[in-house]
Amino acid sequence: MLKLQKLTKTYKTGDQALKAVDLDVPSGQVLALIGPSGAGKSTLIRCINRLVEPTSGSVMLGDVDLTKLGAAALRRERRRMGMIFQEYALVERLTVMENVLSGRLGYVGFWRSLTRRYPQSDVDEAFRLLDRVGLVHMADKRADELSGGQRQRVGICRALIQNPALLLVDEPTASLDPKTSRQIMRLICELCAERGLAAIINIHDVALAQMFVQRVIGLRFGEIVYDGSPNGLTPDKLTEIYGEEDWEATIENVEGEEVEAAE
Amino acid sequence: MTDVTHRELDDLIGRRWRRPPLVKRTWLRWTLVIGGVLYLIAAIASVEVNWSRVYEGLERGWAFVLAFTSPDFTSRGDAIWTGMVESIVMTVAASVVGILISIPIALGAARNIAPLPVYMICRGIIAVSRALQEIIVAILLVAIFGFGPLAGFLTLSFATIGFLSKLLAEDIEAMDRSQAEAIRATGARWGQWIDYGVTPQVLPRLIGLSIYRVDINFRESAILGLVGAGGIGATLNTAFDRYEYDTAAAILILIIVIVMALEYISGIVRAKVQ
Repeated sequence: MLKLQKLTKTYKTGDQALKAVDLDVPSGQVLALIGPSGAGKSTLIRCINRLVEPTSGSVMLGDVDLTKLGAAALRRERRRMGMIFQEYALVERLTVMENVLSGRLGYVGFWRSLTRRYPQSDVDEAFRLLDRVGLVHMADKRADELSGGQRQRVGICRALIQNPALLLVDEPTASLDPKTSRQIMRLICELCAERGLAAIINIHDVALAQMFVQRVIGLRFGEIVYDGSPNGLTPDKLTEIYGEEDWEATIENVEGEEVEAAE
Repeated sequence: MTDVTHRELDDLIGRRWRRPPLVKRTWLRWTLVIGGVLYLIAAIASVEVNWSRVYEGLERGWAFVLAFTSPDFTSRGDAIWTGMVESIVMTVAASVVGILISIPIALGAARNIAPLPVYMICRGIIAVSRALQEIIVAILLVAIFGFGPLAGFLTLSFATIGFLSKLLAEDIEAMDRSQAEAIRATGARWGQWIDYGVTPQVLPRLIGLSIYRVDINFRESAILGLVGAGGIGATLNTAFDRYEYDTAAAILILIIVIVMALEYISGIVRAKVQ
């Protein structure tokens, strides 16, 4: 469904963030993108919806090459790609409801959005989503009154109300505590399964990624150095992605948790 | 490797630590300091004071201060009233017009929103507006439009643009990029992006600056009268010319009260919109 071909990004400073990345994501697949800071994870997902302009290569979403689109067509295609951000990126002074409804901006006209008169179906869907993530009572609160976990749930609603085919998720748990991190990852993966969405999740926490996804991509210096199942991430592989370090603790931890979960 | 760091550390232990100075070269640093002090002394010494004139003037100054104990609101009541109304009309009209024009210019003058050519033009407008002091603009506009509040209104509108656009543009440039980026990622068009991603971030500042500018415009309207651009300043000027200090005191008291009231209101409003 999503196909990256020789996707390259060279920043003006001359830094090559992505070096001819090829990647094929089938419908409904949730994959984790891991790699050290500066490996190009954020750049990769931002090149897909062109918040960052790729230097060369193509991004095929279905039959459409996103890199060739003009401004209006790009806006239409962005509606099919929901994005969830590190640090939530909610508009803090808007209410929870406005933040969720902002996911419909690609569908409604300027005056409707300016006067906050959204179609009833959008409002209903917003309430349904907020109820699904357990925040329906918070609809009229301002976004900056919420806790981190709550904000990220609102961020998830904003992405889902776009009715996307693909979720681009950038470090969803970077500033959350371990328990909330798991809850958020679980929620994202459950919602993807319910709606048959594909997702690319940038994530620092290898153990957390291994718990929830079917496929892991390892990125190092803008190149894919690992593409496989979470179980295949051996200490050697992790060393290849991140560099020398003792990986036993990380991996054992995960296996222990899986046993726990199975029990 | 460890050996080397240890030896370096041993060298450092027991030595005094000072913050590295701003100017590294010692002689240059002291030349700048001593030169600065000498210039200050010479500058103050060069101001001539005619002490006998000061002695005479003290009396007049004292009369002026005393007038504040017996301000005369009534004998020129009509003139004060007309002047105040004119000043307030000028202030409100110039603030509204100035703010409305400032907002698009501020958007254009924010580098993170506007393309370079638009940015250059808008920054140019701001630079011109800020470079020309109100009094100079007022003198020019009085020459064009004649005496009266029209010149004052136009002057204040013009000055508001430079002030508000610059400060608002700086606030837009300092906004949180990720919030705006999130709105762009939804497929919002430009207007919606401004409405949802940018406005909520800068609105409290815009409101705060606007109220502050109303305050400044009112005070300026008292000055502009001195060059014939209408408002309470004209009345004030006349009072001074006729040595009617009690009337002048009454006018100044009114100005002070109104400015303080505006200050008080702005405090309340700013707390509300934060």
